Amino acid sequence: MTREQHARRYPEVWRRFTPKETLIRYLWFAAVAFIAAWSLQRLEIPWFYFLDAHTQAGDLLSRMVPPYWGFFAEVAGPLIETVHIATLGTVITVLVALPIAFLAARNTTPNALTWFIGRFLLVASRSVNTVVWGLIFVAIFGPGAMAGIWSIAARSVGFVGKLIAEAIEEIDRGTVEAVEATGASRLQVLLIGVIPQVLPVIYGTIVYRWDINIRESTVLGFVGAGGIGIMLYASINQFAWHEVSVMLIAIFGIVVVSEFVSATVRGRIT
Amino acid sequence: MTAQQWRPPRFIESPFARFALTSVVVGYLVVSLTPGLVPLVSLEIDWGRTGEGLSRAADMFARMVPPDFSRLELLYKGLRESVQMALAASFFGMLLAIPLGLMSARNLVPLPVYLLGRSLLGVTRTFHEVIIAIFFVKIFGFGPLAGVLTLIVASMSFIGKMLAEDIENMPPGQLEAIKATGASFPKLLVYAVQPQMLPRYLGVSIYRLDANIRHSTVVGIVGAGGIGQVLAASFSRYDYDFSLAILLTIVTLVFVGEFFSNWVRGRLR
Amino acid sequence: MLMLSVSKLVKTYPGGVRALNGLDLTVDTPQVVTVIGSSGAGKSTLIRCINRLVEPTSGRIVLNDLDVTALSRRGLRRARRRMGMIFQEYNLVERLTVMENTLSGRLGYVNFWQAYRRKYSPPDIARAFELLHRVGLDGYEYTRADALSGGQRQRVGIARALMQQPDLLLVDEPTASLDPKTARQIMRLLCKLAHENGTPALINIHDVGLAQEFADRIVGLADGVNAFDGTADELTPEVLNAIYGEEDWSKTINRPTADSNKKMQRDGLERESAAG
Repeated sequence: MTREQHARRYPEVWRRFTPKETLIRYLWFAAVAFIAAWSLQRLEIPWFYFLDAHTQAGDLLSRMVPPYWGFFAEVAGPLIETVHIATLGTVITVLVALPIAFLAARNTTPNALTWFIGRFLLVASRSVNTVVWGLIFVAIFGPGAMAGIWSIAARSVGFVGKLIAEAIEEIDRGTVEAVEATGASRLQVLLIGVIPQVLPVIYGTIVYRWDINIRESTVLGFVGAGGIGIMLYASINQFAWHEVSVMLIAIFGIVVVSEFVSATVRGRIT
Repeated sequence: MTAQQWRPPRFIESPFARFALTSVVVGYLVVSLTPGLVPLVSLEIDWGRTGEGLSRAADMFARMVPPDFSRLELLYKGLRESVQMALAASFFGMLLAIPLGLMSARNLVPLPVYLLGRSLLGVTRTFHEVIIAIFFVKIFGFGPLAGVLTLIVASMSFIGKMLAEDIENMPPGQLEAIKATGASFPKLLVYAVQPQMLPRYLGVSIYRLDANIRHSTVVGIVGAGGIGQVLAASFSRYDYDFSLAILLTIVTLVFVGEFFSNWVRGRLR
Repeated sequence: MLMLSVSKLVKTYPGGVRALNGLDLTVDTPQVVTVIGSSGAGKSTLIRCINRLVEPTSGRIVLNDLDVTALSRRGLRRARRRMGMIFQEYNLVERLTVMENTLSGRLGYVNFWQAYRRKYSPPDIARAFELLHRVGLDGYEYTRADALSGGQRQRVGIARALMQQPDLLLVDEPTASLDPKTARQIMRLLCKLAHENGTPALINIHDVGLAQEFADRIVGLADGVNAFDGTADELTPEVLNAIYGEEDWSKTINRPTADSNKKMQRDGLERESAAG
């Protein structure tokens, strides 16, 4: 069979996309690239800063090494405070998030108004960053760990509450109906029919959030809300880079450990 | 017939373990919250100052309401800067995530490259955005450049990690089959890896755009531009009614960003 | 003239498992060679060593005067273009269309941009249509691979391998994931196409019945060496004992005649259910 005969039987052209589809695809690419370029251009970034950026960065690095190891003794206290802030903040989160989660889940909320209040509280909590909560609570409680604890709690309630509310909405109706059929009160239905079913999710979410909170509490000190951040901020502003590197190593350490603990506990629960 | 008391199942069955856990929790609360009880471990909380908190909060709240939206110009500039920082950072973070993700996938690259990729991921993920931001502020000075770079690093690390994990979970057969046709490494990437990864990659990137909008409001607090910088300034001037206006704007922005991200991800199947 | 010669092939996996133990094998005519042997006898390792998806520990593999074992990465890619491979799990790129999967057999011949933009030469595309017609998948060009059944996927796998216009087909357990009927259809199609194109095929297979029915030549592996090499008729219970170990083979061995097909299919079903 010659090529011509072959071509008559089997087409020699095949396109994955029609020309129109291809055009649309490229228009998407162009649009995304354009938006990014436009955003960057409007930010009026002083590009000449990049000219000496590598020397600046190199300079910084050379000042950070070798770390001033003796500083570890002074870091210990703030480091413990950081862990406390994360842990106590998570404890408060549990106490506050649970009732809100029951309000925000469609199947356990008393009425439409309570559902809306629950949802609103969760959204409001999540929309404001931990550090921004830090600004607010420092103004209320004054600088220190107490402001940090409440900032962590204020942000975590939205996170933990949302996940628990979603878990409650997915529970098995049958069990709940069985408990209701015994004539149990509303509270009893919650305690016996609902909570046992979502308990693993509650524990898992809390441990997961605690791990995130460790990371968050390392920077709360930048706004005065306690923890190692206060010291880190001070050292950076005093250009004490060999102290900064010690603190970065310490932060790296607790974050890695908390991640490990959280992963282990969550692995055990599920 | 004796009526047996039914109890709901306990999470921890052993009474001893339950008691031990309760005492640990109570003990921890007492030790950590009593100033000076255990040196170094107990928090130094000024309970007197904390007690004033409620009245201060009421005072602050009174000064916050009604929110002051009169400085629209400043508000708009901060908002615009935040959104632009988020957009630009998502785009470049998305691009940089590709090499980083490929480097961190054990089934694609040799061990030294993999270790390099994974350590880059580890370091960038461990440190909070605000710490990274303060370093960029020190190198590039105050302003949105430091903010954009921070968000680029964070996005790159986040998307890169997802990508690496997805690639590692790919069935090895598809890669093997394409290799067996005599295809080179770049062709393997566009013919086997890219089609399999693309939907998840786009989904994660869109999610990250939404996350970047949220984070762009906070990197400004250390001077890296955006609405966060305006917020921090208003707080330091006790300009609480303006602060509330900014906070409400941020909440709206985050809400819109989340809605947009969910909508796009829904359309991506 | 085609010539594949494997000599003294040894493969030791990290951890010390020795899959191949000095294996010798020569294929010099366009024939269908089935490789049988128990699990772990080194069948899969042999196939993967020939195109170096698995690196041999020692020994030589020569394909048409080309020493495959001594090739650079670039040379290896060129050599792989000449060897089509078919897999047990089909290994199609799931989210690509049937046509893209078929055309991927030409990846060794196009440059990066052509691969990225799916721009293949007109003769390649005509050939892909022809192969899809011959494996019975007309009209499936735009179907995504993950929407196909197992038998259909394997047909695409065959088309992809033949798309390479290979000098040699390496086939690794083509039927192990298929039901007995589809397995026979696939084997028949595979052997028919191999004969029509004059391409020799090296087929790993568990199923002794299928091996006997379709092979021109059977190679039995045991403990990483060649324990049998001959025609289907020469496969006696003694030989099977040597390959697999002691077992009652009286129900398994068949002469590949037309009236034995039914019985073999039943055997296949029995084996299937015994395996499940």
